[in-house]
Amino acid sequence: MAFGPYFLLASLEGLVTAAVLSLMALGLSLVFGVMRVVNVAHGEFYMLGAVLAWWFSTLVGGHPAVGFLLALVLSPLVVAAIAFVAERLVLSRLKYEPEATIVATIGLLYIVQQLALTFYGPEARPVEAPFNYRISLPWFGYSAYKLAVIGFSILMMIATWFVLTRTKIGLVMRATQFDRETAQAFGIPVGRVYAGVFALGAGLAAVAAVLIVPIQQAHYLMGHDPLLLSFIVVIIGGLGSLRGTVVAAVLIGLSDGIISMFFSPTLAKMLATLAVAMVLVFRPQGLFGTVAR
Amino acid sequence: MPGRAEGGVTRAMANRIKLTPSAKSLALHAGVVLLLLALNFLLPEYHRGVFARVLVLAVFAMGYNLAFGYTGLLSLGHAMFFAAGLYGAGLTVYHLEWSVWPAFAAGLAAGTGLALVVGFLALRTTGVAFMIVTLMFAQVFYLTTLYFTTYTRGEEGLVLPQSSRVLAFPGGALNLSDPSTRYLVALTLFTLVLTVILFLVRAPFGRSLVAIRENDERMRMLGYNVFANKLASVVLSGLFCAASGAAYAVLFGYVGSGFAAIQYSILPLLWVLVGGAATTLGPLIGTLFMFYVIDTASSYTTAHLLVVGLVLIGVILFFPKGIAGTVRGRWLPWLP
Repeated sequence: MAFGPYFLLASLEGLVTAAVLSLMALGLSLVFGVMRVVNVAHGEFYMLGAVLAWWFSTLVGGHPAVGFLLALVLSPLVVAAIAFVAERLVLSRLKYEPEATIVATIGLLYIVQQLALTFYGPEARPVEAPFNYRISLPWFGYSAYKLAVIGFSILMMIATWFVLTRTKIGLVMRATQFDRETAQAFGIPVGRVYAGVFALGAGLAAVAAVLIVPIQQAHYLMGHDPLLLSFIVVIIGGLGSLRGTVVAAVLIGLSDGIISMFFSPTLAKMLATLAVAMVLVFRPQGLFGTVAR
Repeated sequence: MPGRAEGGVTRAMANRIKLTPSAKSLALHAGVVLLLLALNFLLPEYHRGVFARVLVLAVFAMGYNLAFGYTGLLSLGHAMFFAAGLYGAGLTVYHLEWSVWPAFAAGLAAGTGLALVVGFLALRTTGVAFMIVTLMFAQVFYLTTLYFTTYTRGEEGLVLPQSSRVLAFPGGALNLSDPSTRYLVALTLFTLVLTVILFLVRAPFGRSLVAIRENDERMRMLGYNVFANKLASVVLSGLFCAASGAAYAVLFGYVGSGFAAIQYSILPLLWVLVGGAATTLGPLIGTLFMFYVIDTASSYTTAHLLVVGLVLIGVILFFPKGIAGTVRGRWLPWLP
């Protein structure tokens, strides 16, 4: 293959990564933006979403699309419920103190990971894609499912944007983010908003995971790399900025796809991580964010 | 303010602020060290091995405690300082066939140098950003050890030959793979670092670190160079962690990427939190406690990470001061 088609393939793969990554990073960014909590267990919610997707898809027979759709609906709901309980039981009692919540979510990370290993096992298991059509391009065939992933995550992003900016729920969330105490004084149940946001963030990670399992298998350690990548996206995009998150996800996803096709993936990860650390050191508000109040 | 010390309250305060450890606390620490010395001859073989490992890792925890407990810098990347010491000593022994003394020094230099660079960059940020920046630098370090897998053999790691692990003295030599020698060398390092920290936290430097943790704005107003003090704390912390890593390499003869992974940044945090942040003996208590909790748990279940997770959440919810911190709060207010 000549350079051009090769590059196109790398870009398409990068866009798929970017699509999934932006959903996951959006969850992380919402939780940090509204609650000021760095959720280290976010990657485990993603893993849990994938593992549950496998479980739900094995429950029903027939056409693979049935199992997949069931997983797409139920898996995020279950993960969100677990996150909701964890928030009520642990995070709310810590009064959302940044350092204490980091330690607690690290604890949560280990618990979820260990439970997944114990009950799901160390194997990687696939979920069958809902449809198996290949679009033939002049140079290579490309999976239509991957393009559908990109489309679906764009739809999810638009839906989230709509909820955040055009509905009462979004208004309440933004008010809580802007000034917690004033929001409380105006009768907003801040505790319930926090629990809802935490559940929503975890649910978004689970949606991303369900979308990825037909491409990449479900495994109990799969949450680690996406967690680091979403941290990177959230930092580069500027915290709490939806537009920044999307732009950064596309940037990181594309460069990850292209760099790892032409260079060693370890070196690519090293350079990307170092670059992001430097961004945080010299421009802590992110490339697109504004200075924190 | 010598003139003001005439007043009752201020004199009491002046008496309380001593710049050296009290006789009581010196006696307590000497007692702990003597007890640990006696244990070398009393413990069964298996437990002596565990204690030797705990003593080395407690040095790592003490180093972490200096930054986290006393200075209030929550780093999620201290594995890189431990691993820098580990690799600094291990690689020079393995590839360059250096003897133990210069290899140990190379480990210290690697960790201290890294701490200087990382501290200089990361301390431009505070709070959450500091945690993430340190996490990322540590991740880069971990990936570097994997990238140079020709020299480090990555996760599989290197085993240092017994013949190279000999500590030479003018009068003779100590074989570091002998269990008793290993225990005593670990105890010597532990005692050395414990003594330094015990005096350090009472000295003006240690007190200014605590003051920075409590209110850095005020310290800046009072004319202290907050950045320089924090940097000194990170570098010293890195030095102790590197000492622990270098000692681990030469005492236990194994060097691997696993020690640079994120889990080894979380563990010292766990040990210090359990034992009691900003206490001199907390790191030892926490390390010992967690080692035996995991040891006991592994005999019932393979799910030891579950125990780590549950203890982390339990401690942060119900026991935020840790063991030594609670003892200090309830019964022994003089505990350093």
